[in-house]
Amino acid sequence: MCSRCRVLSAAIVLLALAGCQREKRHFEAPPGTDFPPTQVTMSPLVTGVSATAFREQQTHIYEDNAYHLSEGKRLFSWFNCAGCHGHGGGNIGPALMDEEWIYGGDIDAIYLTIAQGRPNGMPAFAGRIPAQQIWQLAAYVRSLGGHGPKAARPSRDDHIQIPAEQGRRDEPVVPAPADPSQ
Amino acid sequence: MPGKNFAATRFSGLNDLNTDNVSGLRVEFTFSTGVVRGQEAAPLVVADTMYVVTPFPNHVFALDLNRHGALKWHYEPKPVAAAQGVACCDVVNRGIQYADGRIYLATLDGQVIALDAATGAERWRITLGQINKGETITMAPLVVKGKVLVGNSGGEFGVRGWIAALDAASGQQLWRAYNTGPDTDVLIGSAFKPFYPSERGPDLGVTTWPPEAWRIGGGTVWGWISYDPDLNLIYHGTANPGPWNSEQRPGDNKWTGGIFARDLDSGAARWFYQSVPHDLYDYDAINELVLLDAQIDGAQRRVLVRPERNGYLYVIDRTSGEVLSADPYAHVNSITSVDVKTGRPTYNPDKKPQLGKVVRDICPAAPGAKDWNPSAYSPRTGLLYIAHLNLCMDWESVEANYIAGTPYVGANTVMHAGHGGYRGELSAWDVLGRKNAWSVKEDLPLWSGVLATAGDLVFYGTLDGYLKAVDARSGAAKWQFRTGSGIIGQPISYRGPDGRQYIAVLCGIGGWVGTIVVNKIDTRDPTAVSGFASAVGDLPGKTAKGGTLYVFALPRP
Repeated sequence: MCSRCRVLSAAIVLLALAGCQREKRHFEAPPGTDFPPTQVTMSPLVTGVSATAFREQQTHIYEDNAYHLSEGKRLFSWFNCAGCHGHGGGNIGPALMDEEWIYGGDIDAIYLTIAQGRPNGMPAFAGRIPAQQIWQLAAYVRSLGGHGPKAARPSRDDHIQIPAEQGRRDEPVVPAPADPSQ
Repeated sequence: MPGKNFAATRFSGLNDLNTDNVSGLRVEFTFSTGVVRGQEAAPLVVADTMYVVTPFPNHVFALDLNRHGALKWHYEPKPVAAAQGVACCDVVNRGIQYADGRIYLATLDGQVIALDAATGAERWRITLGQINKGETITMAPLVVKGKVLVGNSGGEFGVRGWIAALDAASGQQLWRAYNTGPDTDVLIGSAFKPFYPSERGPDLGVTTWPPEAWRIGGGTVWGWISYDPDLNLIYHGTANPGPWNSEQRPGDNKWTGGIFARDLDSGAARWFYQSVPHDLYDYDAINELVLLDAQIDGAQRRVLVRPERNGYLYVIDRTSGEVLSADPYAHVNSITSVDVKTGRPTYNPDKKPQLGKVVRDICPAAPGAKDWNPSAYSPRTGLLYIAHLNLCMDWESVEANYIAGTPYVGANTVMHAGHGGYRGELSAWDVLGRKNAWSVKEDLPLWSGVLATAGDLVFYGTLDGYLKAVDARSGAAKWQFRTGSGIIGQPISYRGPDGRQYIAVLCGIGGWVGTIVVNKIDTRDPTAVSGFASAVGDLPGKTAKGGTLYVFALPRP
């Protein structure tokens, strides 16, 4: 083999190996990442300097990780979250895939919303769901809105989408009636 | 009462307004309820006072009709806010009731409250429903002979359905009948004489379910109750079985999805008819029951007429429970026929849900050919005016887990406009002729009640906020007025203290159909709002949240 070819094949091998460098998959939560958050504010207005190290750590551990996100997706159905929030579009509860957050959209705020419940109808799940699974759910909820790396996110449920031929036409099918009064 | 009378005809005998002069109808006064969720209630007029109830937090207002609706009193029951989380289809209230100087109110968190009609002072309150089990109350109570009749909501939360009778004077519970479980709980005894053999047998409310499933099987009572004073029987529907995923509950699932006749005094069941045995599609059987006396096949029959959610219009002998006829009044492909000899529907095998499979184009969709919004019957025309839907759906059954206080559904659904492309229709159904006399097609689904008057007018509202009047004999448009928000309420007519005939309605989008507006749904998810998001994705562009009473009359001569 020519030396140039050797260099090339070595480069290909190195590139392929680099491609294998993907996320670390934690089947057990690393130490310090399966506890409830302690400091969460309900307002972006914070007095003094806010500590965000724990939030950033949890976001990285759970939200950048395909395994945790896929577990979160499974648990989202398992714990009947879909019954109230649909598949992110909302129903009884608010939509989760838009940019509006009533009680905060950071991963630790979502954790506490799931664990503590919220006064206008969100049930409290603390004591029913282990902490690591709540972090997985919180990470999945954020992924619905497009947060986190795309490569890590679970695929969409496209199979239930309405086939194009069934979709509604945009124009009204009933001519607007003549207005006899106005 | 919201149904106008115990027979629930929603027919006003007033005829000052007619097809010739209705074009002059003008707003007399308006009143903001201060709550911008779905206003499904009917305003209630007693002498010179109008009473209005709002969705959660269920405020009650008394308005002075001598002074353009000036506020007489305002009552706040302060229900628990968490109840909003177990209300399947917006936080609606379908109306209040007046009897013997009192107003009777049911709150979303499961309380029933009696108020002094003159002052708004609370007389008693009792808690009947438990939100931690998923129970709410959204129906309008019916008061008959000193008894307050009320039932629970929560069929999407694994509750066990019931109807209760309370002493109107004290609030004390007189009887409570469950719609699943052993005969003793259902109040089935020796007086129970159902017409069809499939409704007979001991403890069918247990044996037609997998073990223990009846405890979380639904069969709620969130719709309408009618009363026949001669027979002393009340009639009420029972809602869908839970979960929606039918493979988790093999069997007929008695006594869900049907109609009970019960003795008013004891609650004892007289007969039952199941319009959807082993319901496959959330076809709750809670719609209005219009009581008529009619000459059918040469015999005078006491009948009840029910435009059922499953798309069939039933005429049932209300003394026996025998189905005299059942005809589709909308496009139906999920049920191919109803056999009046056995009473049973034939489900279309092509449309049967299966775990993990998407079954497409099931008609009608989960809200049915018609949902809760009541029709009106005019004895002058013999027509039943039905405001209904034209929606179909795709359905995927998935496994549901029961967790108390969370939804127990097990289905992904996506809805779309039915055949023809329109989504709503006002049908004038010839009850004796068993056919449609005329209909008005509407682009948007119809979710409002209907009012018929002796002036041969039919009133109904649309989701884009119009209150419309059409000719009761032809359906020709006669008048319309655009209110501030979509109408899902029940129009009424009354004679005011000044002698004029008035029309009143609450506007305010919401309900299942309007959740897309009041709850800011993201329509990129076609399953949002149990699939309604995909059927009415255009609605947020056509109306906005509101909650206002409108009262109309002809100008003073």
